[in-house]
Amino acid sequence: MNKTSFRRIKNDTYKLGLILLTIISTVPFLLILFFVIKNGIAVINWEFLTSLPKPIGENGGGIINGLIGTGILIIIATIIAIPIGIITGVYLAEYPNNLLSNSVRIVSEIFQGVPSIVVGIIAYFWLVKPMGHFSALSGSFALALILLPMIIKSTEEMVKLVPADIKEASLSLGVPYYRSILKVIIPASLSGILTGALTGIARISGETAPLLFTAFGDSFFNINIFKPISSLPLLIFNYSISPYQAWWAKAWGISFLIVIFILILNILTRILYKKI
Amino acid sequence: MINSILKIENLSASYDDKVIIQNINLEFQKNKITAIMGPSGCGKTTLLRCLNRMHELTPNAKVSGKILLESTNLNDNFMELNSTDPILVRRRIGMVFQRPNPFPNLTIYQNVLAGYLLNGIKLKKQEADEIVEKHLNLVALWDEVKDNLKKHGTFLSGGQQQRLCIARALAMEPDVLLLDEPTSALDPISTQRIEDLIVELQKTVTIIIVTHNVGQAGRVSDFVAFLYLGDLIEYGLTDTIFTNPKNLQTEKFLTGKIS
Repeated sequence: MNKTSFRRIKNDTYKLGLILLTIISTVPFLLILFFVIKNGIAVINWEFLTSLPKPIGENGGGIINGLIGTGILIIIATIIAIPIGIITGVYLAEYPNNLLSNSVRIVSEIFQGVPSIVVGIIAYFWLVKPMGHFSALSGSFALALILLPMIIKSTEEMVKLVPADIKEASLSLGVPYYRSILKVIIPASLSGILTGALTGIARISGETAPLLFTAFGDSFFNINIFKPISSLPLLIFNYSISPYQAWWAKAWGISFLIVIFILILNILTRILYKKI
Repeated sequence: MINSILKIENLSASYDDKVIIQNINLEFQKNKITAIMGPSGCGKTTLLRCLNRMHELTPNAKVSGKILLESTNLNDNFMELNSTDPILVRRRIGMVFQRPNPFPNLTIYQNVLAGYLLNGIKLKKQEADEIVEKHLNLVALWDEVKDNLKKHGTFLSGGQQQRLCIARALAMEPDVLLLDEPTSALDPISTQRIEDLIVELQKTVTIIIVTHNVGQAGRVSDFVAFLYLGDLIEYGLTDTIFTNPKNLQTEKFLTGKIS
């Protein structure tokens, strides 16, 4: 065997190894997706999406309370986290090296690694206990705490990517600093900031642990944010630990809905990302 | 006859305690083109950025000395820039940067009007159209882009983008236009067009151009200032300095012995 063909065999072996390992690492994801779709799609119908759960023993019933609840929780969490996150992120990018920004950056990075159940406990002590009862608001607050560091990070990175001479161009036209930030820097990085926000929303839409002590769950139709509210992940949790087969099927159906929602968010993210 | 529009007295600038330029005294003539030339790192750009108070935006930057701009007020002849609101200074002294930097989120039309739009100055549609057409004509870009005004400025070629940036600066009707090596990122043909444009523009505005290209200084300028290691070595009429430099360093720079 000469040297060249030995090298070629070595190359091919490595390549084959890479392909095999890639397939192995993807297979579990594909299997999960397969089971979620297989078990979930059969459950989805109009009644499932638009009616309230029925008591045990009755057939049918749906998850409209969870859908509405998750919608409300995500919207409020987003409304809380996006402005604060963007403002903080812009500050970190604009003043990267002072005491405040260094501390905020460290805290925000540590917070990203805090288990979500701990965030739930924080929200419990800050909101649920003083208010005296569980509420959608406290659930949103917990989700906002998870979302916030993600938005801060992505905003900081995206604002840093805006070339310095774009800002200088604005300043050199006699545009005040605050207007340059609002009218030039943020618009120029907006698609990146939104990409980060969507990734964060996809993450919190499946969070269950922080909602256990906060939003708590509710089997009726509720849109009052000061009352306990249901959510899709909580329903999955409750249904899947129940002993009833009909409820397991519902848990699959909800899982399927969440996966589809995250898939849509991801596609949106990719479309936005191409614009950066 | 000397008609100064901008005077520098004992100007020194530093950042991080590193002195960049020291004790510069210069007068810029109205509606003339002054080139500031010198080797890389001699402080040309810093000097230019002091003039519209951009230097002070750099962290740890210091400026001392006086910069005087012809006053719009009839009682005074000159106003002190360091005691004037930098925003007003920058509206009277426009700037064009090394690399073309049109605003990526604005259209060509909006880019020309950027100084108005970003400052929140309201214009009537007709007024806005006139400003855009006039200034795109001034930079000889109107014919090339008049059908694409709604497209984003970043779609243009480098040379067109730079002319758009000049139009953007001119649209604010400044008295002085600072050009910081405006052609260093451009190809020779675009460079020539910009140089022709600069010569044309001196009718409407006083131009101060920084360049490390001796040829460019010779082609476009009426006056030339030679900076070396932060000192002003020589200043005078371009023709005089190019044919008969008094200083040895200037001669070395002009003949390419230092660069």
